[in-house]
Amino acid sequence: MTALQHVKPGAYYAVNLPRPDDFAFWRDRARQLIQCDVPPDRVAWVEPGGAGDLFAGGDTRLPAPPADARPVRASKRFLGVAKNAVLHSDPERFALLYRLLWRLQGNPRIMEDKTDADVRRVEEWDKNVRRDSHKMHAFVRFRQVEDEDGGEHYVAWFEPDHHIVRANAGFFRRRFANMRWSILTPKGTLHWDGETMREGPPARREDAPGDDPVEDLWRKYYASIFNPARLKVGAMLSEMPKKYWKNLPEASLIPELIAGAQTREAQMVDAGKSGFGMEFEDKPETLEAIDKAIHACRQCPIGNLDNHAVMGEGPSDAALMIVGEQPGDQEDMAGRPFVGPAGQLLDVHLEKAGIRRSAAYVTNAVKHFKYVPKVTGRGKRRIHQSPSAKEIDTCRWWQEAERAIVQPKLVLAMGASAARGILGKTVSINKARGAPIALEDGSELWITAHPSYLLRLDGEAREEQARLFDADLAAVKARLGELQTAKGP
Amino acid sequence: MAAQSILQKLEILADAAKYDASCASSGTAKKNSIGGKGIGSTEGMGICHAYAPDGRCISLLKVLMTNHCIFDCHYCINRKSSNVRRARFTPQEVADLTLSFYRRNYIEGLFLSSGIIKSSNFTMEQLVETARILREEHDFRGYIHLKTIPEADPQLVYQAGLHADRVSINVELPTDSGLTRLAPDKDAREIEGAMGGMKSSIVEAKDAKKRFKHAPRFAPAGQSTQMIVGADAASDADIVGKASRLYDNFRLRRVYYSAFSPIPDASAVLPLKRPPLIREHRLYQSDWLMRFYDYKPGEIMQATDDAGNLPLDIDPKLAWALKFREWFPVDVNRATKEQLLRVPGLGVKGVQRILAARRHRTLRLDDVAKLTVSLTKIRPFIVTCDWRPTALTDRADLRRLLAPPQEQLELFAA
Repeated sequence: MTALQHVKPGAYYAVNLPRPDDFAFWRDRARQLIQCDVPPDRVAWVEPGGAGDLFAGGDTRLPAPPADARPVRASKRFLGVAKNAVLHSDPERFALLYRLLWRLQGNPRIMEDKTDADVRRVEEWDKNVRRDSHKMHAFVRFRQVEDEDGGEHYVAWFEPDHHIVRANAGFFRRRFANMRWSILTPKGTLHWDGETMREGPPARREDAPGDDPVEDLWRKYYASIFNPARLKVGAMLSEMPKKYWKNLPEASLIPELIAGAQTREAQMVDAGKSGFGMEFEDKPETLEAIDKAIHACRQCPIGNLDNHAVMGEGPSDAALMIVGEQPGDQEDMAGRPFVGPAGQLLDVHLEKAGIRRSAAYVTNAVKHFKYVPKVTGRGKRRIHQSPSAKEIDTCRWWQEAERAIVQPKLVLAMGASAARGILGKTVSINKARGAPIALEDGSELWITAHPSYLLRLDGEAREEQARLFDADLAAVKARLGELQTAKGP
Repeated sequence: MAAQSILQKLEILADAAKYDASCASSGTAKKNSIGGKGIGSTEGMGICHAYAPDGRCISLLKVLMTNHCIFDCHYCINRKSSNVRRARFTPQEVADLTLSFYRRNYIEGLFLSSGIIKSSNFTMEQLVETARILREEHDFRGYIHLKTIPEADPQLVYQAGLHADRVSINVELPTDSGLTRLAPDKDAREIEGAMGGMKSSIVEAKDAKKRFKHAPRFAPAGQSTQMIVGADAASDADIVGKASRLYDNFRLRRVYYSAFSPIPDASAVLPLKRPPLIREHRLYQSDWLMRFYDYKPGEIMQATDDAGNLPLDIDPKLAWALKFREWFPVDVNRATKEQLLRVPGLGVKGVQRILAARRHRTLRLDDVAKLTVSLTKIRPFIVTCDWRPTALTDRADLRRLLAPPQEQLELFAA
C-alpha cells in the first residue's frame, strides 16, 4: 500500500483488513490515520468478506503522517480492552475502536468513564470475547485418532462466537505441549505437532472424528457426580447454555438426568422413612408420646417382625438410667423391660450393690425384639439375634428422646449394643468399663457388661465376670451418691 | 462376585465423592507443560469444563480411592454401617483415568479423597502414591487437590503437600458436640492440629521460595475445608463464627459449606428432608461479605435472628442494612469505599466503577444505573445529585418491598 504524501481535506479512506482478528494491522493503520488528523467519520474499516459499500469509493491509499506529527496516545486500559474487542464478531468494532482512540487523544482518561456509551460498548465486546475464550478453554473436547505413523492425535471440533481461535492457540500449546492435537472450527483451524503451530482454513464438523470410547467413561462420571437432590437447572444453563450442548458428549444425558432427579431424591428420602415420617422436628416430648410412637415405628426390619415395642420404665426424673440391648422373648410378651432371666440376674446384682431398681429408669437401646423363628420338638421358639449397628443407630432416636426427657445424671449402659446406642460408635467393654465418659448433656456414661453375658458363662469365668460386674455397679452407686449430694438440695 | 470394570468403579466412586462441595481449580502457582515431558497447565484462573444439572461446576475428576471405610460417621454415605456398593481403585487406575480425561480436555485435574481402609497411614499412602505417579512418572502439570487424613503420619501429609496444588481437611461439623455425636471416630482437636501443621508447612515453603529459587513448592493453592450445614442443630451464627476462626487460625483459602442432602441408606439420626440449599447460599453470601466486603464476623451475627440464623428470604447484606438504617442513605458522590461496600445490591465491581466515574462527573441516578446491575435494589440506600430516598429508609415495610418473591424456595420450579 503506497501512502500519499498529503492529506486531502474532506477525503474518504478505506482500510481493508487482511484478517478479521488482526489487531496489529488495525493498530498501525489507526495510528497513521490519527497522526494525519483523519476524523472517524471519514474512514471505513472493511474486514475480509465484509461489505464496504458505504465508502466503496474510499481511498485505500492512506496519507503519510507529517514529519512533526505528535505520537498517538493510548492508555494501557484501552489497549487491553481493544486487543480483545477486535476479535468480536460485530462488524462495527474497528470503526468504533478508531473513534474511541480518536476521542482518547483529547481525553486521556476517557476509559475511566464507565457511563460513556462508546466505552461501555467496547467493554461489552471485551467481556463477550473473554467469555467466549473462556468457554473455548472449557468446552473444547478432543477425540483420539491414530496418525499414519501410529501415533496418538487428538482432534476437536468447536464453534466459537467470535474470532478467537488464533488468539487462544497459546493456551492450548502451553497445556498440551507434548501432545499432537488439532482444533477445527468454522473460523479457522489450529494444528500442533509437538513442535510447531500451523494455522489452516475453516473446517466443517464432518472433518472431525465422530466418537471416542473414553466418552462412555466421561458420561458415566458426569451422571454419577450429579446430586439429584440439588437440581438447579437455571444455574447450569447460565454457565453452559444450550448452544454448546451439541458438541459436548455429556450433554446428551442432561434431559434424562433432570427428568429422573425428582424420583431419585424421593426414593432416597423414602428409603430412610419407609412409611413412617420422622424428622428432627417430630421428636416426641413426653414418655407417653414415645411409647405410642415406638409401637408404630417401622424404621428398621426389626419393627416388621411379629413383636411388640417395649418402652422403658421408671420415674421420669430418675437420676440413674439403665440401658440394656433389646427386649427378649419374655419382655416382648410382658411388654416390660428386664423381666426375663437376664433381668432377674440384674435384680440380684443391683440389690447387692444397694441400687434400688424402682428408683432407676430402665430401658433398652433397641425397642423391638429381634429374633429368628426356630421349630423344635416342643413347638416354635424365637431365638434372640443381636441388632446390627445400623439398627441400633436407627433406634438411637428413641433412646435419645427418652434421655432428653428423663435427664439422668448417670447413664449405665450394659453391653456393646447399649454403649453404641449412647455413643454412636462401637467400643470395647473391657477398655471402656470402670471410668466415666462425659456426655454432651453434662451427664456421665458408665459402661459395663450385659447380664446375659454372665448367663452364658460357667465356673471360674462366670465368677470373674460377676465380680467385675459387681465392681462396676458399686462404682456407679458410689458415683451416684457423689453426684446427688453435689447437686442435690 | 465378578471383578468390577473401571466403568463400574468410576460410577460408585464418583457417586460417593459428590458430597464434597469443592471443585475449585483456581489460585495456584502458574505452570505449563512447555519444556516438560507431559501435559498440563494451571494459569491462575480456574476452568469449569462442564456443569451438572445441579448447577455445580465440574472442573476436576472428583473421586474416592475407595468407599470402604472403617469409620462410622452418620452423615456420610460411606460409613461402615451403610449398605452401599463398595469399590476400590488402585493408584495406577486413578492416574490413568486422570490422564485420559485430561488429554481430552474434560478436566483441570484431580480431586482425590478416600474412605479410610486398613489404617489412616495406609490410606494416605495410596493418595500420595497416586499423586506421585502423576507428577513424577507422567510429569503431569495440571491441578491436584488431595484430601488429607488428619490421623495420618505428618510425614505422609507433608508428602501430599509436595505433590498437590491444594490440600484439605474437612472439619465436617461446626460444633464439637455435633462432631462427637455424628462422627464419633473423629476428633476435633486432631483435625485442627493437622490443619495447624499444614499451615506451618505452607508458610515455611512460601518463605523458602522467596529466598531460594529451587525450594520445593508446597500446596501453592493453600488449604481449604468443608462444613456440613443442616445435619445438626448448629445455628448460622455458630457456623459463621467457626468459619471466621478457621480463616484466622489456619489461613484457609476457602471454607466450603455443603447443605446436608439425604443420602441413600441414611443413618436414622439425620434429618430426612431436602437439603437446605437456600441456607447454604446465605452462608456463602456471608462468607463473601467477610472476605471481600470487610464485614466482621460479629456484624454478620448481628444480621441473624434470635435463634442465631440468617433470614432466608433476603440476603445477609440487606438484612444487616435493614437493621442498621442509620448508616444510610450513602451519598455515592462523597462516600468512602467502605461505606459504598455496605450498600445492598452494590458489588465490589460496582463500587470500583462508581469511584472511577465520579472523578469525571457528579453522578446522577441515571449514571449509577449504568454502572450497576440493578438500580431498584440500591435506590433506597443512596443519594445522588438528583435523587434522595425521602423517608424510604425509615419505612417499616422496606423489607417487604425489597425481599424477592418467595417462589425461589421451590427447588423444582426451574
